[in-house]
Amino acid sequence: MKDTRFSKLLLFINGLVPFVLLLWDVYRKQVGANPLEFVTRTTGMLTLIFLMITLALTPVRKITGLYWIVKFRRMVGLYAFFYGTLHLVTYLWFDRFFNLSSIAGDIGQRPFIAIGMTAFFLMVPLAITSTNKMVKRLGGKRWARLHKLVYVAGAGGVIHYWMLVKSDKRLPLTFGFILLLLIGHRLFIKFYPPESQATQTSFIPRE
Amino acid sequence: MLNKKPDDIRDSEITDKHLYLNRRSFMRGAALAATTVGTGLLYRRLNPPPAETPKGEKFSGFAKPTSEAGLGAGFTVNEKLTPLEDIINYNNFYEFSTDKGSVASESKGFLTKPWTVSVEGLVNKPRTFDLDELLSFPLEERVYRLRCVEGWSMVIPWIGFPLARLLEEVEPTEQARYVAFQTLYDPKRMPNQRTGVLDWPYVEGLRLDEAKHPLTILATGLYGETLPPQDGAPIRLVVPWKYGFKSIKSIVKIQLGADEPPATWNIQAPNEYGFYSNVNPNVPHPRWSQARERRIGEFRMRETLMFNGYGEQVAHLYAGMDLKRYF
Repeated sequence: MKDTRFSKLLLFINGLVPFVLLLWDVYRKQVGANPLEFVTRTTGMLTLIFLMITLALTPVRKITGLYWIVKFRRMVGLYAFFYGTLHLVTYLWFDRFFNLSSIAGDIGQRPFIAIGMTAFFLMVPLAITSTNKMVKRLGGKRWARLHKLVYVAGAGGVIHYWMLVKSDKRLPLTFGFILLLLIGHRLFIKFYPPESQATQTSFIPRE
Repeated sequence: MLNKKPDDIRDSEITDKHLYLNRRSFMRGAALAATTVGTGLLYRRLNPPPAETPKGEKFSGFAKPTSEAGLGAGFTVNEKLTPLEDIINYNNFYEFSTDKGSVASESKGFLTKPWTVSVEGLVNKPRTFDLDELLSFPLEERVYRLRCVEGWSMVIPWIGFPLARLLEEVEPTEQARYVAFQTLYDPKRMPNQRTGVLDWPYVEGLRLDEAKHPLTILATGLYGETLPPQDGAPIRLVVPWKYGFKSIKSIVKIQLGADEPPATWNIQAPNEYGFYSNVNPNVPHPRWSQARERRIGEFRMRETLMFNGYGEQVAHLYAGMDLKRYF
């Protein structure tokens, strides 16, 4: 996988596949009786999946030694943001028709909406500072500290999902379990750093 | 002699640069095609489009409500029917799946013959009805709104008969005040009962006066055909002024009693789902508003109506009751 440019293109196209298929299903009216719910659920699920993959890349690199996979972390993270944006826009547009008072009322009545929105807005600075220029401007350490927010966003997303499910909590619990595992791995490394990597605490992308 | 090639590789064996690059772009194309198809298949697998379901059997004789009297009694509504395709592909029936889009495929082939409903408890003539006996009650069509507690609604042309007719046959005693209903418990036929997502079997209940109300029916069909499994085959309750989960599906037992019977969602979350669960836009669910609803097939939201629009017929049942307390 030395051919980074091609691998990135591969990832870029694969990340778009769910989006294209979803558009195709909407176009052919193959989205069931409640299209809004279908699109909302699909984009929400994709956001969580891409968030979990983003978070998983660093542990996987540390465990397997496959250093090159971290090069894809930014794109996977941006895909989480992309699907998160679609998820939010679907809600604001087709569920609330951009009606501000209705949105405000809904946030008051449905705490999971407030948590989901918070999780989304935590991803905004991460997306903005994802460029190489921004890493330089912020300085590696500050940048890395800021990007720890992704764990908070991930936790917010999982709680948001857990709160809205009526009784079958298996899927949100699975996401929660994966998240705890990933956070747990990071804490473990922090307190028991492996000797060979003791100096290298976080990875800052560079090209 | 630095430029001399080793003797064991002849010129003709060295891959042409052109071919080498061709091979490389071929591999890239293959990788691109394979991963894209793989991702697409994975997505389809995790997020399947709605399934096709076989048609039920046609009912030959059933009465249709006449427009004037029917409208007044609430037996029919002047609203667009929800398409059959949506009614049979968007179901809450946790015995098969918690995913509304998967109930149709998970319940395919559900056996409803033989089927019996035993009616017991505080009645003078307890009796077990088989399906043919149930279908021999005079059937009629009722076009009802159905409002789900989740905030969506449909308009469904049911076929069935008033529950009151069945109760007449068994003669409730003086002490009887409530009616309890129970869904089939058979994890072999209802596979999701192997999970603990709800307390099985599913149970529901009504006050006797609610049960005897002319709007309360036992449905055996919809759109002129027998009920498909996902909609509660072979026989289900329909109480149009209450949230959908009160209208219990695939009933095997009806028991009359003196005390308020347990109800599954009420056990699951007593602060969210009350025993009465009348459709009420003024009493929000603790986690969401009930003021509006999405009619399946419509783009804009609708205002939710008190008692789902059946206030004229049923409000008197709750005269003097604090509906915020008895939600």
